[in-house]
Amino acid sequence: MESIIPILEFKKTCVSYTKQTMAVKYVSAAIERNTITAIMGPSGCGKSTLLRAVNLMHNLYSNIRVDGEILLNGENILLMEPIDVRRRVGMVFQRPAPFPTMSIYDNVLAGFALNGIHLSKSKKDEIVESNLKNVVLWDEVKDVLNKKGTFLSGGQQQRLCIARALAMKPDILLMDEPTSALDPIATKRIEELLLELQKKVTILVVTHNMGQAKRISSRSMFMYLGELVEYGDTETMFSNPEHERTKAYLIGKIG
Amino acid sequence: MANQKIKHRLAKDKLMLWTICIFATLTAVPLFAILGEVLLRGYSQLSWSFFTEPTPTAYKAMKAIEAGEPIPGGIANGIVGTMIILSMAVVVAVPVGILCGTFLAENRKKRFAKIVSYLTDLVQGIPSVIIGIITYIWIVVPMKGYSAIAGSVALCIMMLPLIIRSTEETLKILPASLKEAGLALGGNKARVMMKVQLPAAFGGIFTGVLLAISRVIGETAPLMFTALGCSFIRWSINKPISAVPLLIWEFFNDPHLQELIWGASLFLLIFVLTLNLTAKYLAKKWNQ
Repeated sequence: MESIIPILEFKKTCVSYTKQTMAVKYVSAAIERNTITAIMGPSGCGKSTLLRAVNLMHNLYSNIRVDGEILLNGENILLMEPIDVRRRVGMVFQRPAPFPTMSIYDNVLAGFALNGIHLSKSKKDEIVESNLKNVVLWDEVKDVLNKKGTFLSGGQQQRLCIARALAMKPDILLMDEPTSALDPIATKRIEELLLELQKKVTILVVTHNMGQAKRISSRSMFMYLGELVEYGDTETMFSNPEHERTKAYLIGKIG
Repeated sequence: MANQKIKHRLAKDKLMLWTICIFATLTAVPLFAILGEVLLRGYSQLSWSFFTEPTPTAYKAMKAIEAGEPIPGGIANGIVGTMIILSMAVVVAVPVGILCGTFLAENRKKRFAKIVSYLTDLVQGIPSVIIGIITYIWIVVPMKGYSAIAGSVALCIMMLPLIIRSTEETLKILPASLKEAGLALGGNKARVMMKVQLPAAFGGIFTGVLLAISRVIGETAPLMFTALGCSFIRWSINKPISAVPLLIWEFFNDPHLQELIWGASLFLLIFVLTLNLTAKYLAKKWNQ
């Protein structure tokens, strides 16, 4: 039964910043378990806005309205407590944001500290080690775990942030242009990491880098002016886009 | 022709630069003039006993002057009094100020926060002598006497706006991603504030507290109405108590004690400068 329910489903999801204008218009789409789904589109098309709706980030700002439904394992998250939702939905931001006052070790465990969960020392060590190994950072930082998170390079910081999100064992990981602040080598490492991670967690990644979408995602959404224009297999979309606008974007006419 | 024009522009640029440099140097002149004057007049009075003994009586001082000896005694009563008054003020002003600043930073758009923020600015503008007389009415009159408590209430009122502002400003300049990252991990607002935002803002807030202390430590007027002064070392908080700036004023009014003015001034000046420099250093270190 469970396999039939998609892990995440948008149903006529709308997001508006002001009463007159909608940033995301009636998006409906179901995300498949253990895949990487890319959300593409030009700047201002609403892709980040859609992503941030999934962990209720919009609740922080009183002017933003989210309508429709967003189902996480069949439950409408818009009716759930934000802290409950956010524990099950991890997020990685555009700029690496390790907590500057915390050590690398404490950064991985930040989710537990912020949820008031107390762990034994051995349990902590285990979580830190396994999650840093998950993001292929363990070998680089195992001797400097007590240094501040900001001591690391940008790419390492971003992997630390991914480890921090994964430590909470989320059902789904949201990534908002996770490599746009990184150099090409760091980007490549993150992409390889994501391909590996999809075995464990469903990933929804916003990118305006078409190459990246092509390289890592199995499914792609193309958004334009707040609407979901096309959603399908990445390969099909790139080789044979259904819509004129998708085609125009992919060949660089719009965007 | 074009070359001529560029030369002209470069010359103008240089002129501007020199003007700015000269005026910038001029602003530093008063600071060094004051420092030099106080140092020259004050350093000879500094000795161990100056910091460990209370103010001498006018009679003792007169005898010493007649005998051609240096005036005995020091400003220990003032130092103890200042420390007692200040620490009580800090203990109250720091938590209240940080909480209020946090509220203002987190609720920028709320009407109530805007009003509080505006009032904070107004409090900062109230002349200290008025804060003194108000505290006299509020604390000294009901308690039927001058006291260290009254003094610390006056200084606390003066410190609050500075601490509130620095907390608010520091929290505001933290990147929004920090707070969002904390909340995205499932923390509630209070936990994210305590574990992520306030620790990240610690440097700025601590700097603000140091600056607030250095701002009020030299205040004389409010203490005249509240702490009054005391000629011996006193540790109780409900009796009149001395303070270094009060002593300077007393020394000025007593012809026999005038020699002590400069030592006391030097002490106060060095204390304030040290606090300021520490605050600057911390702020710089924090920004790296």
